Amino acid sequence: MEAVLFFLAALGALGGAIGVIAMRNPFFSVLALIVHLFSLAVLFLLLTAAFVAAAQVVVYAGAVMVLYVFVVAYVGGGESAWEPIPGQRFLAPLIGIALFVELSVAVLSSSLLALGTEGPKVEAGFGDPAAIGTLLLENFLLPFEASSILLLLAAVGAVVLAGRRREEGAGGPSERFAEEEGSAPDAPAVPPSFDEVPSEEGPPAPSPAGDPA
Amino acid sequence: MNIEWYVVLSALLFCTGALGILIRRSPLVILLCLELMLNAGNLALVAFSRMVGNQEGQVFAIVVMVVAACEVVVGLGLIVAIFRRKLPLNVDDLRELRG
Repeated sequence: MEAVLFFLAALGALGGAIGVIAMRNPFFSVLALIVHLFSLAVLFLLLTAAFVAAAQVVVYAGAVMVLYVFVVAYVGGGESAWEPIPGQRFLAPLIGIALFVELSVAVLSSSLLALGTEGPKVEAGFGDPAAIGTLLLENFLLPFEASSILLLLAAVGAVVLAGRRREEGAGGPSERFAEEEGSAPDAPAVPPSFDEVPSEEGPPAPSPAGDPA
Repeated sequence: MNIEWYVVLSALLFCTGALGILIRRSPLVILLCLELMLNAGNLALVAFSRMVGNQEGQVFAIVVMVVAACEVVVGLGLIVAIFRRKLPLNVDDLRELRG
């Protein structure tokens, strides 16, 4: 039973992965990745990692994939025609296969003695949320806090990168892009020296970009 | 199931992701392939944690998930910024950084 489940999930994971790289439309690639992530969650359950499996489904297949779907719907479109670099069509699969062979040799010929076993017997609470939470807040408190700071930085970075480009001159770093863009409907031409000035608080900026529309 | 099945499957998934990065040109799909590779690493971490009967590998996997989420957020922000500047979404055309 366990073997059947493993092979079904492995097939799903591998099929999803191949679907990601084979689909022409990025939207279908995202859908294939969702199949892949659900199959991986099944594999995590087989490895008695209940919390990781739940986080995989909730965080990855839920939240992150919704973000992907939104961006694909916003950016849209398939890939333009593919002009390979000379030799790429031949060399890329070769490098992939070579990497797999190398990894397999490295893993299977290593001296990990337990590799041929199913692992030790574990008690019922192995990998459930309570155990992981205790471990995370007692033994790994510093990585836990560091990852929360990392998440905060990423959120701020995403807002700075992608936010409020249309409203001209409203945010600090977006003024630098608005000069070259020229696509904002009512943004007058900004003098080219403007982006050298450190931006001080959008509205009182002494440029014509600051006037309200 | 033997642990080595999981490890070999993880190696296979990692190579699929690497192959995708080598052959695809759209930055969106390249980000998806990065996800594939990170998840393959996660699978190996959880498999090894089961192998030694120690839950600390699962904590590693969760931290990898956090890092992957950050990478997705910043990467998608970059893609949206590229799209808004009407640049082509093709890594061959984007290989020059112009400051």
